[in-house]
Parts: sequence; structure tokens; C-alpha cells
Amino acid sequence: MNWGAVIAIYKFEMARFFRTLTQSFVSPVISTSLYFVVFGAAIGSRIDQVEGVSYGAFIVPGLIMLSVITQAISNASFGIYFPKFIGTINELLSAPLSFLEIVLGYVGAAATKALFIGVVILATAALFVDVVIQNPLAMIAFLLLTCLSFALLGFIIGIWASNFEQLQLVPLLVVTPLVFLGGAFYSISMLPPFWQTVTLFNPVVYLISGFRWSFYGLADVPIGLSLLAIGGFTLLCLAVIWWIFKTGWRIRN
Amino acid sequence: MPMVEIRDVFKTYDGGFQALGGVNLDIKEGEILALLGPNGAGKTTLISAICGITLPTSGTITVGGHDVVERYRQARSIVGLVPQEITLEPFEKVINTVRFSRGLFGLPRDDARIESILRKLSLWDKRDTPIRALSGGMKRRVLIAKALSHEPRVLFLDEPTAGVDVELRRDMWDIVNELKADGVTIILTTHYIEEAEAIADRVGVIDKGQILLVEEKDSLMNRMGHKELRVELDEPLTEVPGGFDGFDLRIERDGKALVYSYDTSAERTGIARLMAGLTDAGIAVRDVSTVQNSLEDIFVGLVSAKQEDEA
Repeated sequence: MNWGAVIAIYKFEMARFFRTLTQSFVSPVISTSLYFVVFGAAIGSRIDQVEGVSYGAFIVPGLIMLSVITQAISNASFGIYFPKFIGTINELLSAPLSFLEIVLGYVGAAATKALFIGVVILATAALFVDVVIQNPLAMIAFLLLTCLSFALLGFIIGIWASNFEQLQLVPLLVVTPLVFLGGAFYSISMLPPFWQTVTLFNPVVYLISGFRWSFYGLADVPIGLSLLAIGGFTLLCLAVIWWIFKTGWRIRN
Repeated sequence: MPMVEIRDVFKTYDGGFQALGGVNLDIKEGEILALLGPNGAGKTTLISAICGITLPTSGTITVGGHDVVERYRQARSIVGLVPQEITLEPFEKVINTVRFSRGLFGLPRDDARIESILRKLSLWDKRDTPIRALSGGMKRRVLIAKALSHEPRVLFLDEPTAGVDVELRRDMWDIVNELKADGVTIILTTHYIEEAEAIADRVGVIDKGQILLVEEKDSLMNRMGHKELRVELDEPLTEVPGGFDGFDLRIERDGKALVYSYDTSAERTGIARLMAGLTDAGIAVRDVSTVQNSLEDIFVGLVSAKQEDEA
């Protein structure tokens, strides 16, 4: 195992993050504040409480998930797509590296960035509303697994994409709608029965529900199912990456 | 044991284009091998297959005795590559990208070594400059620094001097000679024949994915080398003078020069006989010079001969 290379890739990627710190740091803070103004203050004043929790506090876990998922995907997909685009991927391919080390370096860095942003949003949210974390361990576990699994998904997208348009396609057309419709801003129980059933096919519902449970003890679906969903999703991404590694798909052709 | 051993390597790309059609080549430890070939001959594909950037469709390649697919870690850890295209992270600083290359090979940080490489390549003053602010020649120096940062035993230079200034070319040749003195095996692809002529020990010619020839540069030039003796005349001739049967003669410059081509490896070159004959015929000689055939002539000869074979 070439740990030196994993650390080199990780540090190189993190350096990119810190070069654009303003952009990486300020933009999630601003967008979170906007969500609080729009959803929390304007709409929240009419909703009052969801199952005993103020609406402003209720949406915090969903907001964190929304940003963490988006950031994990975009950082990881860009991280591996950019070397493909400018050709520096050849340096990775000709170094004594296994695909595992490449994945660890890029996915590790992307997951770290997403985690960082998640923490920043949590801190920002705490300025607006009273955030309670009933199960800190579960909260950390969900957060870490989400950062990791969506960074893995982002990595796959980055390998798959052959232009910048494709790079944006999956996040824009698949992930963002799933997250918005995944109960970030509402409880599933607020939906008509038919849509409640449809929503259960959205994997993100399980994530947000589990994450919210770790804050307020409120869940739309059983917590075990949530853990199973995020665990299964991580395994699925790992399997796809393993297959890419075996076949050299889109890399060594 | 050869440092690099290539056996029956084929590479067909997904689109169906066959870039390598059965390449066999041994590269000796410590030599400088120049691979010559026209654009699209397969030079870069061959290097990519050795370095792990592309997988050969069939055949085997070993570096330092390690199969590049089965034992890629051992094989790649001794290989350095200076790619043809300038591929660099534009926003990163020079020194960080060079350190990164060393890190990728799992080697511990070594600031003294990095400094000496950057100084040698006149990059030390630019170490904190972002790469996008460098000139094209400077970027190429960075690529070389990256390849040297992990102390390769086999170094591939893919068209290293394409479009670089004289100074960099000279620096590069100095570095190549230094590396050779350290026992590093160097493979250079180029279509500048002077480059091969100036620094290579052996020359390989590749065209249409096949190695046409690999030979010691000196023996190649001797074997295929023709020389021309150019005799400048006082009075122009209207035709090649008679009495020189068996001499390959032609007139140039409206009869003011007589050119004799001969084979340098022939037992008798016939120069003395030619000069005596000219004196006997009363032809006054103003000046005499000889010109050696260059590798370029040999190369063009080989490639066109192959095309004729196929036609």
C-alpha cells in the first residue's frame, strides 16, 4: 500500500480547497442563511411546529444533508474529472498506485471538504435557531457515511463524464430533485397518502429521516432502515468503483 | 537482462485503430535510445503502454524484469515520464506540483533534492509561481522536474524538445548526459533527427506501429551512410565528363560543381582516382568538400522503402 501517494493526493486536493476558501466557505454560509430567511422566517412563521419541533430547527438536518450531498458529489467528481480534462491523470496512471489509493486520496479529500461544509452549516444554523442533538454519535455516523458515499458517487460521475455538461447532469437532474423531494423541508407525514408511498422509493428520504432522528428523535422511517439504506448505498458505490478498477473503464483505454 | 523488454505488443484502440502492430524491442540498461518516427507512428502509444497509461491489447512488457501489468508497482516505481503534451495543474505552484510527483511515488519529502532539480532546470526562482503564469518553455521544464523528482532508473522523454528554445534544448541535453553518467536508461522519441544523432547510443525507427529497425547509431550511419564529394570547378561543364565509368557522378550549379556520391564503407572510395582523372582531363579544380548523409536521409529512405514494399 502506497500511503505516501494517498497523502500526497489528499494534500494536493485539500490545497485546492483552501486556495478557494472564500468560495468554499462563504457560499454555503450565505445559501444556508438564505434558506433560513425564506423557509425558516417566511414560511416557518405560518407552519409553527412540526411534531413538536419549530420549523426553523426542523429543516436544519435536511439543509445540512442538502449541502453535504451536493458538495461531496461536486468536489469528488470535479477532483477526478479535472485531471482527466487537463491530462494530468496520466501522471496518476503512470505512478506506482493502485486504483484504491487514487480513490482514497480523491474521495477522502472530497468527503473531508463536504464534512467541513456540513459543520459550517450546522454552526451557521445554530445562530438562527436552537439546534438540539439528541444522539451525537448517530449524527456523526450519518454525516460521515453521507460524506463518504456521495463522494464515492461523485468519483464515479467524474470518471464517467466525458465533458463538463455531463459532469453537471447527474447532480442537476437526479440528485438535487431527490434531495429536495427527500423531506429536507417537510415531514413525509405532511404529504397525501399516495405521495407518501411514492416518496418511500426515494433513497434520500431514508438518509434525511435518519439524520433528523439523530437530532430530534423524529423519523419518517425506522432508524434501522435508514442505516441499512446508507450502508447499502456505500457498498453499491464501492462495488461500481471496484468494477471500474478491474476493467479500466474510461481510464486505461 | 534488458532494462525494458517488449514482446509482441499489439494495441488496438476502441475505435478500431491499430496503433501498435506487434512490437518487439529490448532496451539495454544505461543506454540512450532514440525512437524516430513520423507523427502517428505509434511512439506515444508505445511509451504509454510501458508506463501504464494504456493497456496493451496483447503482448508483454517488462521493466527492470517486472511485468508492467502484473507487477505494476515495482515496474512503475523506477520509471519516469516527461509527456509530450504539457499537462499541468494550472493553479498550483511549481514547487508543490514537483513535490506532489515525488509523493505519488511514495517517496519521503526531500527538499534538498527538489531544490537541486529546480536549480538545475532554472526553476528555483519561479518555485512559488502558479503554473499558468509560466511560459511554454518553463512549463516543459516543470514537466522534466516532476519526472526527475522521483529518481527514475528509466526515463522516457516524449518529444522533449518540440517547440522549445535553444537554451532549454541545451540544458536538456546536459541533463540527459548527467543522467546517463548516473546509469539511467533514457528513451527519447523525436522527429528531430539531429537530436537522435547528437545524443543517442542506438536508434530505433518506428512507423505504422512497427519497429522497422534498431541499431547502434554509429554502425547505422556507417552502414547506410553515403558521403558526397563536391568538387567546385573553375570552368563550368556541360555534361558529366567521360572516362569515369563506375563513378556515381552528377553536375550541379549549372556545371560549376561535380558531385560524386560514394559509400564510406566501401574498400576503395575511388577519390584519388577521380581527382587524378580530373587533372588528366585538364579540368581545373577550385575547391573540394565532403558531406555526410544524415540520419534524416536514412530515415526517409527507410520509411519510403517500406511504403514501396507495401505498394
